[in-house]
This record gives sequence, C-alpha cells and structure tokens, in this order.
Amino acid sequence: MSEHGAGAAHPTTGTYLRIAAILVMITLIEVGVFYVPAFQSVLVPLLLVLSAVKFTLVVMFYMHLKSDNRFFAFLFGGPLLLALVVIVSLLLIFYGAVRLRTGM
Amino acid sequence: MTHGSAHAHEAHRTSMGVDSRKMAFWAFIGSECLLFGSLIATYLVYKGRSLVGPYPHEILNIPFTSFSTFDLLMSSLAMVLALAAVQRGDMKQGKLWLLVTALLGLVFLGGQFWEFSHFVHEGLGLTTNLFGSTFYVLTGTHGAHVTVGVIWLLTLWIQALRGKLGPQQALTVEITGLYWHFVDVVWIVIFTVVYLIQ
Repeated sequence: MSEHGAGAAHPTTGTYLRIAAILVMITLIEVGVFYVPAFQSVLVPLLLVLSAVKFTLVVMFYMHLKSDNRFFAFLFGGPLLLALVVIVSLLLIFYGAVRLRTGM
Repeated sequence: MTHGSAHAHEAHRTSMGVDSRKMAFWAFIGSECLLFGSLIATYLVYKGRSLVGPYPHEILNIPFTSFSTFDLLMSSLAMVLALAAVQRGDMKQGKLWLLVTALLGLVFLGGQFWEFSHFVHEGLGLTTNLFGSTFYVLTGTHGAHVTVGVIWLLTLWIQALRGKLGPQQALTVEITGLYWHFVDVVWIVIFTVVYLIQ
C-alpha cells in the first residue's frame, strides 16, 4: 500500500501530458503578445489572466488540489488570498501616498 | 503491507483523515505564499522608481527567460511522471524521471547564474538601484528555493538507486513534488510580473 495521503485518485499520464502542452502553449502566447504592438493596450490584464490560468492548472492538476482533500485547498488558498491582499494593499497605500504628495 | 509499516502509516493520520506530514507541508507552502507575496509586493511598489540605470527594459532578456520558464514547466511534468511511476511501483521510470527533474532544475539554476553574471557585467548590482535590489532579492530567493529542491530531488534519486525508495515512500515523493511545483508556480508569477510586464 502506498502512503498516499487522502487516498484521492491522481490524474493519468495522458492528463499530465495534456496539461504540459497547454502550459507550453500559454507561455508561447504570453511571449507572443509581449512582442505584438497591437496588444500593448491590454497587455497587463491579458498577461495576468494567462499567468493565473497557468498557476491554476499547475496547482489543480500537478499539485493534485483538484482531487485532494479540501482542507489542503484551505491551507493553501487562505494564505494565497492574504498574500494577494497584502500586494494590492501595499500598492494602493504606496501609490495613494505618492498621489497625495505630488497632488496628481 | 507489513504490520510495522501499517502502524507507521496510521501514526501519521490526523483525526481529519489526512496525513499529518502532507497537512504540515501544505501549511508550509501557505507560509511560503506570504513570503513570496511580500517580495513581489516590494518589487511592484518600487517598480519604475530607479533613479539610475540599468533599467529593466534595457537589460532583461525575454527569449532567454522564456526558455528558463519552459525548462521549469517541463521539470514539473517530469516530477509528476516520477510520482506516478513510484506510485505504480515502476522504480526504473521513477529513478529516471527524478533525475530528469533534478537536471532540469540544474539547467534553470545555470541559466539564472548566467543571467546574474551578465547583469553584473552590465553594471546592475544588488545596490545599484531599486530595480537591482528588488530584482536580485526576489529572483535570488526563488533561486535558493530551486537549489533546495534540486538537492532534495538528488537525495531522493540516490535513495532510489540504493533501493530505499519504493511505492511505500510514495508520499515522500509526493511532498517533494508539492515543493517543486510550488517553486514552479512562483516562477510563473515572477516571469509575468518581472519580465513580461515592464
């Protein structure tokens, strides 16, 4: 018997290969849109969405959070959410302070 | 399964029915989210505020870093293939994919060493400007995590060569994989935030 933690079924090798292909394709799209001037106006939100998709795919399928015990999702998702709040809050505080100082 | 290993296995069970080692490791990964979150926040807050060059658009090499990203994504694939092989008891494949994962990690580290050397040669040091300070601390911390991961993977590979790693230790390989994939997802964010959004 293996020591597998929650006894959840992991994806098949075929699924792992398909996820890898999708990850590579998204990376190629990311690099592609970086060089295309037409995408410059939507570059930041587009890259953030593509990055979030890659992040989610790795966490869900390679780290098995999709099929594993939901408590692990809580242990990971809670601090991840807190980290996002810290990032957004610091940006708002910093740029808010800059705008107050410069009056812009 | 022997009585001894069954006893050891049950000893790691929590009242929630999950393995305590896996639960502890997910909690550790959660704390790592906060570490990298604060480093990324610091990088973003100081983005575009350097008073002297070199500036990011002058020095960052996107094609080279894209290759490093591809390399790390492939290492994640090799890691899940190693885990799958160990879980089904195919230790020949397990050893192969563990070694491939470690080697791909070494390729990434070699690339980072070359990149840092090139940047220093171009005049970007840790204290040159805000970009240099935040860039080296963020990517250097990530590189240190990759280094730990490579050492961990090579240790497992050596254990496998000695016949001390089998399907009974699949959870050990899974936890190693969790660490390695986390290092990968952190790079996914760094690649976008630092390299592509300039």
